[in-house]
Parts: sequence; structure tokens; C-alpha cells
Amino acid sequence: MKPHRKKRLYMILVILLGVTLSASLAIYALGQNMNLYFTPSQAIVNKAPTDKTLRIGGLVKEGSVKRDSNSLKVNFTLTDHSYEIPVQYTGILPALFREGQGIVAQGKLNVAGVLIADQVLAKHDEKYMPPNISAVREGSE
Amino acid sequence: MLPEFANYLLQLTLSLALVLSICPLTGTFLGKHKWMQFARSLAYAQCLCLCLAYLLLAYAFLSNDFSVMYVATNSNSQLPWYYRLCAVWGAHEGSLLLWVFLLSIWTAAVARFSRHLPLAMVARVLSVLGMISVGFLLFIIITSNPFLRLLPDFPLDGRDLNPLLQDPGLIIHPPMLYLGYVGFSVAFAFAIAALIGGRLDAAWARWSKPWTLAAWCFLTLGIILGSWWAYRQLGWGGWWFWDPVENASFLPWLVGTALIHSLVMTEKRNAFKAWTALLAILTFSLSLVGTFLVRSGILISVHAFAVDPSRGVFMLIFLVIVIGASLTLYAWRVNKVKTHIQFSFFSRENLLLANNMLLTAAMLVVLLGTLYPLFMDALGLEKISVGPPYFNLVFIPLMSIILCFMGVVPLSQWHHTSRHLVTKKLSIMLGFSLLIAFILPWMITHVFNPWVFLGMSLALWVVAVTLQSIFRKTKNFIALKKLNMSQWGMVTAHIGVALCVIGVVLTSENSIQREIRLSPGETTTVGDYQFRFVGVQDLTGPNYTGAKGKVVVEKDMKEISTLQPEVRFYTVQKMALPKTAIDANLFRDLYVALGEPLEPFEKGDWSMRIYYKPFVRWIWGGALLMIFGGVLALLDRRYRHYLGRLKQVTK
Repeated sequence: MKPHRKKRLYMILVILLGVTLSASLAIYALGQNMNLYFTPSQAIVNKAPTDKTLRIGGLVKEGSVKRDSNSLKVNFTLTDHSYEIPVQYTGILPALFREGQGIVAQGKLNVAGVLIADQVLAKHDEKYMPPNISAVREGSE
Repeated sequence: MLPEFANYLLQLTLSLALVLSICPLTGTFLGKHKWMQFARSLAYAQCLCLCLAYLLLAYAFLSNDFSVMYVATNSNSQLPWYYRLCAVWGAHEGSLLLWVFLLSIWTAAVARFSRHLPLAMVARVLSVLGMISVGFLLFIIITSNPFLRLLPDFPLDGRDLNPLLQDPGLIIHPPMLYLGYVGFSVAFAFAIAALIGGRLDAAWARWSKPWTLAAWCFLTLGIILGSWWAYRQLGWGGWWFWDPVENASFLPWLVGTALIHSLVMTEKRNAFKAWTALLAILTFSLSLVGTFLVRSGILISVHAFAVDPSRGVFMLIFLVIVIGASLTLYAWRVNKVKTHIQFSFFSRENLLLANNMLLTAAMLVVLLGTLYPLFMDALGLEKISVGPPYFNLVFIPLMSIILCFMGVVPLSQWHHTSRHLVTKKLSIMLGFSLLIAFILPWMITHVFNPWVFLGMSLALWVVAVTLQSIFRKTKNFIALKKLNMSQWGMVTAHIGVALCVIGVVLTSENSIQREIRLSPGETTTVGDYQFRFVGVQDLTGPNYTGAKGKVVVEKDMKEISTLQPEVRFYTVQKMALPKTAIDANLFRDLYVALGEPLEPFEKGDWSMRIYYKPFVRWIWGGALLMIFGGVLALLDRRYRHYLGRLKQVTK
């Protein structure tokens, strides 16, 4: 092979190697860090996995927010008017968190079916509805 | 009457833009001089019309004209006047008007500062910019007109600006970001014009480089302003969330950075011309994708406001046309461009090529993580979200490799670098940076953290080799003057990257974050600092009510600061927002955000977040240094021009 051909071949090999490495890294990372999204109905009917981090979006049930009097622990219930999922969270709730508001909680389900949330997201838009919940709500009204 | 006049102005601008996109370009094919010269006047006229339309919208906000729907939904008579002015770009319609207004400014700037370019080139560039302008004006007029009226029953007062946007950081964040986004349209137009004319050469790279640099500087500034705003305003103390909208601005930044480096290669060595043109097309396409993602409302994000499907469809069609047409042109023309250039494996060309590949790869993995949930959703498979762990896992290794190469570049030479000389120099520097990166953090924290070690050694590696390369070139301090502005720009920007990396690593690894419940008079210790919660008072502002807390910070029994975080309740939008209090210096931020009052209320307990964030300012400081480097490189050409003219005058 001519030297410049050889050089070009090396270059292509290096680039191919790089592409393969970064692609496999990306796919691996994606597989590890995907959070499935459920509504309470989907989570209960489809039996959401208990070993994976997942997101559950729903409305905070009126009158369900119970705070611990000494710590920042808080319990509340997420509902889509058909099924309910109890949530436990320790920390400061977002400023937009209110009863009746649509929110998304991220965490793992325990054996008792309680979502132990490590993150509670309330969108900074009062019109915001978690996906698939707006349809439910419009139907119920 | 005025909004109707503004409406008319928009339509007038549309027709001007239509003529601009057709007439000068046709002129270049027919060889009609007059038609080509027409481009400049059209560009100025377009800019003037849009400027007027923009001012009219701003006036509608200032004068509280709530018969205009956009004003009624995004402003309120109680809103301070400066926020009313910023509310112009506070939502979809107005920000698009700002987009197209900025585009017309860039177009006019190209018309003004292109006297030294061949007329045909100017005509082509301005025509391409005109086409983009047509697209956006159509978008505004058809789907998102900010001048629509609410007649005859208009509200007595407006619905107020989204409280999140009522912050000084936001006054300048969107315009800077848009100046960056839109600025890349100039680089794009130059590439397309060069492809049409069949002249992709070093001259083309020299012409488009200052424009690309300017756009890159604005985009960088826009991104760090957004990061700074999120840090203070969202109250989580994070400076980057890998939020899809942040990613939307980061994608063009990554490719734009690659483009700057590849332009250098094309300018200096007449190499990689086809690749540079492709990058220019890619950068602007990603700016459009960013605008599409943010503005169509398909993203679930803090920024995604009300959704209107027709807008998404229009943007998507526009996107497909722009990307499709430019890539077709590229495929058709690019085989005419041939490079005959030889360089060895270990040369600056190859290092820059590696930089380009890695930045592009980084862009692709971020794009994948951003779009993957959208595709899954569109295909009706599952609803998923991709969180920060994904991005950190793929992005950090790529960045680490980039930093390795970045260190070597300043020492390398075009064409061929003497391997022996460089290996010797580099191994000394490598040893030095590894040693310091090990000792310095250990002396301060007395623990060995592998991430800190990795980040610090990479950053020190870049700084050490970069500084060493200057001294090697100049031998002594007097000769430093001989370095040209581009070189200074490179040195400054690379050191900026290193400082940024140090900030990122130290903040991420050594921050102390505490969410805590405190009674008045209670003290909590975070790191070396004691935070004493004094209590909370009531607060009244122009368009909000709220509570103001008082937290006294002490270190070694000495009071160092009193922080007064607030919670504001915006009465019109019925939204509560924390206003954080930060005591900042070069080495650490002390950050307090109020949560909410806790039951039983008579005790006066509050939940709050207390953060100790070391070196967080270095992130933005480093980025500012990068921008400064960009400005220096930008000045280089002007400087040379100026000198050239001066010589002519003296002759």
C-alpha cells in the first residue's frame, strides 16, 4: 500500500473506533438512565417495576398532604381520578406545589406501593398538566 | 391605530424580504449590477421597518395598551416599567419579533461592513439572509402575531409577566442568546453563498470568521446568563440541569465552537473546506432546531409554555426546507471542492480535526438524549425522560479527551510537529499538573477525590502547556507584544475553559447542600459556617406580597454576613417564588433560599435550603474569559485593517 493510502486507512480506523466507542457509551448510558413515565392508573394496572427509578405524574389529591411536625418529611397522594398512588418525600416542596395542582414525582416504588420520591417537580406554569393527565381531567369535568 | 400600523410594517417588511431574497441573487446569475447593489438598501430598509415595529410593541407595553392581546397576557399596570420593557420578549410572539429584528440587524451589519467583499458575494449572502427573514416573518404573521387586538371587550388590566422572568438576569439573557442563534445565520449565509458561487476558499473563511466569532461570543454570554439566572431564581442552587431547553442552546454552541476552530484551519491552511461549510450549515440548523424545540412547546421543561400545534407544524416545515435545501446544495456542489494538502499524523491540523470530531460527537450524544424521549413519545412507545446522569456519563469522558488534546494544540505546529521536542516538553508539564492536582486539593480538604484529581489535572494541564507555549514563542516578556490578537484570544479562551472546568469540578464535588427545618433563634452548621435563623417579616412589593427572612452567618464566632432571602407571592398570577440570598466571593457562595412556613405556624418554623458552594463563580468567570478570548480574536482583523488603512493614509 502507498504511504498516504496507509495514513488515510489509519485515520478512518481511528474515526470508526471513536464513533463506535461513543455510540456504545451513549446507548449504554441511555439504557441505564431512562426514567419511565406513568400516570397512577398506568402504574397500578401495568404493574410498574419496583427496582427502577420512574416518574409518576398526577394531581395532588385535595386534603392528602400530611407533613411531619419535626422534620421535612411529607406524605401526599397523586391521583388521576381513577387510581391513586401514595408518595413520600423528604425535603422542600417546589413553590408551585399545591393541592389540586398537577405535578410529577420521581423516585422508586416500594413493596407497599408507595413512591419514595427523591424529586418533586411542579412546572412553572399554572396551565401545566402532566402528560396524559389533561385528557383525564377534561373527561371528568 | 399604532398596532395596526405595526401590523402593516410587518407585511411591508415581508415584501421587502421577499425582494431581498430573490432580486440580488437573480442579479448575480444575470450579471445585473444594479440588482446586486439593490441588496444593501433593501437590508437597511428591512432593519428600519422591523426596528419601528419593535418599538411600537415596546410602546404598547409601556403605555399599558391592554387592547393588544399579547400585552394583556404578559403585562400588568403594577409591573415596574423596566420589566414591562423586557416583557416584550417575555413570551412567544414577542420573542419571535425580537428574533427577526435581530436578524435584520445582523443583515444590515453585513451590508454595512462588507465594503471590501466582491459585490456578487455580498448579494448572495444578503439574499440568503433575506430568505431566512421571509420564513420567520411568515411564521410571525401567520401563527404568532404580537399585534392582534382584543376588541371590543379588552381587559382593564393585564395577566402579568410570568414571575420567573421578573429578574435582572432575564432582562439580557434572551437578547444575548438570540443574537448568538441569529448570528450563526450569517456564517450559514456565507457558506451557502460560497457554495452557490462555487468558491469555497481561504478568503471565504476569512470573511465569515469574524461574524462567526461574534455570534459565538453572544451565544456563550446568553448561555451563562441563563445559567446564572437559573442558579439564583429557581432556588435549587444548580447551575446546569441538562434541561432540554438548555440543551437546545448548548447544541449550536458545541458545533459553533467546532466551526470556529475549523475556520481557522480553512483560513490558515486552506484545508477541510467542505467540512467547514458543513459545520456552518449544521450550526445554524441546530440554532433553528433549538428555536423549534423551545417555541413549538413539544418539550416538557421549565420553559415550555402554552402549546399551539400549528406553530410546531410551521416550524417543522421551515426546518425541513432550510436543512433539506442547504444539504442538497451542499451535496451538489461540494465535490467541486478538492483539497490537496499533506500533513503528518502529529500536526496541528490533526489535533484540530480531533477537536472537531469530539465536539461533534458531544453534540450528537446531547442531541440523542434530548430528542430520544420525543421520538419514543411520537412513535407512541413509552413516555420516558432522560435525566442528568445520562448526560454526565456521556459528556464527561468526551470533554476529558477534548481537554487532553486542548493542552497539546498550542505547542503543535502546522503541517508537522517535531515529536521529540514536544514529547519532552509535554511530559514535564504532565508530571507538573498531576502533582499539583494531587497536592493542592489534599492540602485544603485532606481527602483524595478522584473526580477532583481528574478535573484539576486536566485544567492545570491546559493552563500549563498554554502558558508555556507563549513563553517558548517569545522567550522574554518584551516579546509578548509580538503575539497577535488571535493568539492572545486562543490563550485567553483556553485558560477560560480550564478555569471553568476547575469551577465545575470543585462545585460539584465539594458543595454542601442542606434542606432543613429551623425555628427562630436556631443555629445550624454548614461546613465551617454557622447559620442563625433570626425570623421572618412580612413584605410588600409593587406586584407581590411575601415574607422576608433574616439569617445571620458566622464563622469562627465572627459575623460575616446577614442574608435576607424572600418568598414572594405574585398576586396577579397567584404564583409563589423564592428569592434567594447569596453571599458571594471568589472562592465560595453562601446561599439561602426560604421554603415555606411549617405547622404549627405559631412557632414560626420555616423550611429552608442552605448551600455552601465553593468555586461556583469560576464557572461563569471562566466562561467570561472565553468570551473575552473571542473578542480578542475578533479585534485581530479589525486591528490589521485599521493598521493597513493607517499605512495608506501616512503614505
